Amino acid sequence: MTTHTLKRSDFDVIASWMKPGESVLDLGCGEGELLQLLGERGLRGWGVERDPGLVLAAVENGVNVIQSDLEAGLAGFENDAFDHVVLSRTLQTMRHTQQILAEMLRVGREAVVSFPNFAYWKNRMAVLNGRMPVSEDLPYQWYDTPNVRFFTMLDFEGLCEGMGIVIRDRQVLEERGGIVTEEANFLGSLAVYRIGRGR
Amino acid sequence: MTEGSVGCVTPQRQAFDAPLALASGASLPRWELAYETYGTLNAARSNAILVCHALSGYHHVAGHYADDPKNVGWWDNMIGPGKPIDTNRFFVVGVNNLGGCHGSTGPSSINPATGQPWGADFPIVTVDDWVNAQARLADALGIETWAVVMGGSLGGMQALQWTIDLPERVRHALVIAAAPKLTAENIAFNDVARQAILTDPEFHGGNFYRHNVRPVRGLRLARMLGHITYLSDDQMAEKFGRKRRPSAGSYGFGVEFEIESYLHYQGDKFAGYFDANTYLLMTKALDYFDPADAFDGDLAAALARAKAKFFIASFTTDWRFSPARSREIVNALVRNKQSVSYAEITSPHGHDAFLMDDHYYHAMVAAYVRNIKT
Repeated sequence: MTTHTLKRSDFDVIASWMKPGESVLDLGCGEGELLQLLGERGLRGWGVERDPGLVLAAVENGVNVIQSDLEAGLAGFENDAFDHVVLSRTLQTMRHTQQILAEMLRVGREAVVSFPNFAYWKNRMAVLNGRMPVSEDLPYQWYDTPNVRFFTMLDFEGLCEGMGIVIRDRQVLEERGGIVTEEANFLGSLAVYRIGRGR
Repeated sequence: MTEGSVGCVTPQRQAFDAPLALASGASLPRWELAYETYGTLNAARSNAILVCHALSGYHHVAGHYADDPKNVGWWDNMIGPGKPIDTNRFFVVGVNNLGGCHGSTGPSSINPATGQPWGADFPIVTVDDWVNAQARLADALGIETWAVVMGGSLGGMQALQWTIDLPERVRHALVIAAAPKLTAENIAFNDVARQAILTDPEFHGGNFYRHNVRPVRGLRLARMLGHITYLSDDQMAEKFGRKRRPSAGSYGFGVEFEIESYLHYQGDKFAGYFDANTYLLMTKALDYFDPADAFDGDLAAALARAKAKFFIASFTTDWRFSPARSREIVNALVRNKQSVSYAEITSPHGHDAFLMDDHYYHAMVAAYVRNIKT
């Protein structure tokens, strides 16, 4: 029961925002696939993962992984410690939404957040038909989901504005990973944001 | 993959005639280290692993002795063919530290200057001194660079010190159930243990050998106290609870509760073979360990020179060296952008968990070590 076994269409987007030699902290790194990809591209990375089985898999995959619970915050990491902090498909599983966003932008120069867009048209259709959505990016039944927050791109952008977070870049993907260029909050299944601290 | 024992092993000794300068300013003119090896050193000499022992450990890390088949090495569940430290791939060296009482030069050895046991005259040794001595053994064995230096507790501290003192000679450090330095509480426990020994009438200021006695009562108390701190409250509750000995009387001060019986047994067993002076030295080495001290308390600055990659592990119920202490090491390494993985292993066994056969713990070590090139 983990998002990390899915094909990760957001990885290429995330990697495209980073340069060789930069450092990255991957929160909820799972088995460390993103870190492996970034390592191949010359970045230095560390992952944080809570699940023991995934920590073991990450160690098997030869990436740096630190077993820790994100809900406890990032207190061990210093201000501006990393060029990038990534939270890939994990924000919707966390209770302390604002705290983790603030912490990411404390320890990282900038942050990348990806999450399933609840306002994706298929999700809207499912709800219109009276059922909670189950899709490529929201693959869980309501009674067996790690997700605790359900929100849309507009919701996220509103929260960023409220927190004084600047959105530097945004890529929106449809279910098969193709890039969505218009009507993003309707046609986009997965949203990937590059964010930074406001003024 | 079948797991097995390294089988029958033979301890070896290496004598060193060049003096060893110690952190205290003293010097050991001539000294010996007892050690064991398992597996085969490859032609490139790139597959050597040094296993450092904790407070009461020694060089007998794995396997058993021909004349004493029940004397199985203290980390036999970790080291052997097909085990996490796979002796089919690696050449493993276990060593008894200076000041020990299992064959290496220590307080019970003969001081060449007097022809008598060193006793109280044996110099205080530190973790740095042990690393220096172990490096001399590595030289003698033709090992320029260790693939791994590893240990639990005080052994983990030696692994950490290796990466700082001799960064070119360690490729990977496995630091398990350790801490970057002792807390006041930890030093306090060690002091009580030492006081138990120092105030035993049969200690004779450390020169009990010439009186043909041993400070057994002090050693026993020291071990009992130590043992309490190596277990967890939960585990004690589960294993002993308030259970009483069937034969125990009541309304007296005899052995009544099972936990008392257990501690007495552990204390007696330990006091029967361990050297009191060695116990004092080992606890003092623990107390002095603080690699950050020379860097204004900045652990990251101390570790900045390390070139090794690190695997750090802690155990959830270890309150002697809690997970938070391991996180201090992890945080310092991350701050330096050094390679580190950290496992916080759920275990009921307290500090002693690092010696236990735990599937997840061993799988973690195995996974990390499997990726090490030889």
